[in-house]
Amino acid sequence: MSDIATYNFAYLDEQTKRMIRRAILKGIAIPGYQVPFASREMPMPYGWGTGGVQVTASIIGPHDVLKVIDQGADDTTNAVSIRAFFKKVANVAVTTDTASATIIQTRHRIPEHPLTAGQVLVYQVPIPEPLRFLEPRETETRKMHALEEYGLMHVKLYEDIARHGRIATTYAYPVKVEGRYVMDPSPTPKFDNPKMHRSPALQLFGAGREKRIYAVPPFTSVVSLDFEDHPFEVQTFDQPCALCAAENVYLDEVILDDHGGHMFVCSDTDHCEKRREEGHRGHLAPETHLAPGNMEPAQ
Amino acid sequence: MTDEPLLRVSALSKFYGSRVGCDNVSFDLWPGEVLAVVGESGSGKTTLLNCLSTRLLPSSGTASYRMRDGQFRELYRMSEAERRFLMRTDWGFVHQNPADGLRMTVSAGANVGERLMAVGDRHYGKIRATAVDWLSRVEIDEDRIDDEPRAFSGGMRQRLQIARNLVTGPRLVFMDEPTGGLDVSVQARLLDLLRGLVTDLGLAAIVVTHDLAVARLLSQRMMVMKDGRVIESGLTDRVLDDPRAPYTQLLVSSILQV
Repeated sequence: MSDIATYNFAYLDEQTKRMIRRAILKGIAIPGYQVPFASREMPMPYGWGTGGVQVTASIIGPHDVLKVIDQGADDTTNAVSIRAFFKKVANVAVTTDTASATIIQTRHRIPEHPLTAGQVLVYQVPIPEPLRFLEPRETETRKMHALEEYGLMHVKLYEDIARHGRIATTYAYPVKVEGRYVMDPSPTPKFDNPKMHRSPALQLFGAGREKRIYAVPPFTSVVSLDFEDHPFEVQTFDQPCALCAAENVYLDEVILDDHGGHMFVCSDTDHCEKRREEGHRGHLAPETHLAPGNMEPAQ
Repeated sequence: MTDEPLLRVSALSKFYGSRVGCDNVSFDLWPGEVLAVVGESGSGKTTLLNCLSTRLLPSSGTASYRMRDGQFRELYRMSEAERRFLMRTDWGFVHQNPADGLRMTVSAGANVGERLMAVGDRHYGKIRATAVDWLSRVEIDEDRIDDEPRAFSGGMRQRLQIARNLVTGPRLVFMDEPTGGLDVSVQARLLDLLRGLVTDLGLAAIVVTHDLAVARLLSQRMMVMKDGRVIESGLTDRVLDDPRAPYTQLLVSSILQV
């Protein structure tokens, strides 16, 4: 690799990586607490995962296997670009296979395949402060976290029920970590919230523009906030995936034509392909196995 | 009722650099008593109120509050967490401008329910029932419960602010010009409502106002302030009917007669 010489390993300089690692360690020591860090300019715009990329760059080693997903898919622009970025600047192995990845950088989904001990899930976070839309002052929200004043979070849920008859928040659903800090799980669908609870994988959250890192260590309790008479519920789907017939997974609606045709398919593309390879067929699956586009082969 | 005061204030002073906010103010407030603080603008009324409600820290002096367990606690030695807890449970603060005391972008019901949720209430049905009850007590129609205070008139906002403060059953309420900016008929109804609530709930209150009529209607005792000092204090009727200090005489004689 001749072009790797122009970059330090994994793009960031070593001092920056040490600074970010310190923030990560502090985040792991205080689960759910937002640690400020000196976020760097990255060769991509804010909002495209600069926080997640910095966290990944700080923890990745030459023997890691990286998977990047965007809304569950391995083949969307953001996922392909970030995967190519680390292939170039760190020369690491990349994969789309959840089980064989050691680091999974994600934008807004947790893979359907259960994560295992030793894996690290890196979330890209746009707005790390769960209280932000209720209390605009950062000085005040920090004080509220420090003093554990979380009544306001329930005001938001109360508003949902008053307006919609149920808790209508479907993503970025606030959680309480290890009985202490209220945390924004990043805009993952609330369907994924139960997967965070006592997960054997380490979960790291990076918000580049907002300059915050937070973490959920393995086997940490993550409880979704709710009311006694309106308990937390995940989304349910009344039909299985149209391609692989999977049930109890998170589905995306895909528009097929201009005449109202649509289908629901797995948002996790890796999970869907694996199932089709195993022979599962949904009602809209083609007869022969559909080869995925121009994706990198699994390592 | 006990023989002990609810709040003991001793030699409280607040200086802004070399300027005087309030100077050497001492008084006791008993449970169920309404104390009016009157004086012209700039006389230190609001500074005093902000110091007492711990929104400002005084330059010198002490204030101790009798907690629900009967123990006196020095307000300015409490931790911030304890003070904030007191603020949202045992105390209320009614701002002159309701927008300062309300969350304007969440519904009336959530405004009333916020304090309940802050102290750990997690049952939506019960919170809502309490909100409905309190809205009716401050004469707001039940069908306005899901409206935002932005859609309310000034008088309704002020009544909503009062309900929001009283929902946790506080023992002491601070009011900063509670009727300021309202027209006289709305003022009259609000005063009537406040008087009823204060009597029914046995609230102690410190009401800052420049309006002597408000002081006359609401309070049993009053303090007159000028240039940061208390120049006269006593029973409201006595002070208003027989003012002793020259400035109080001027103040009382300045009331417009219609």
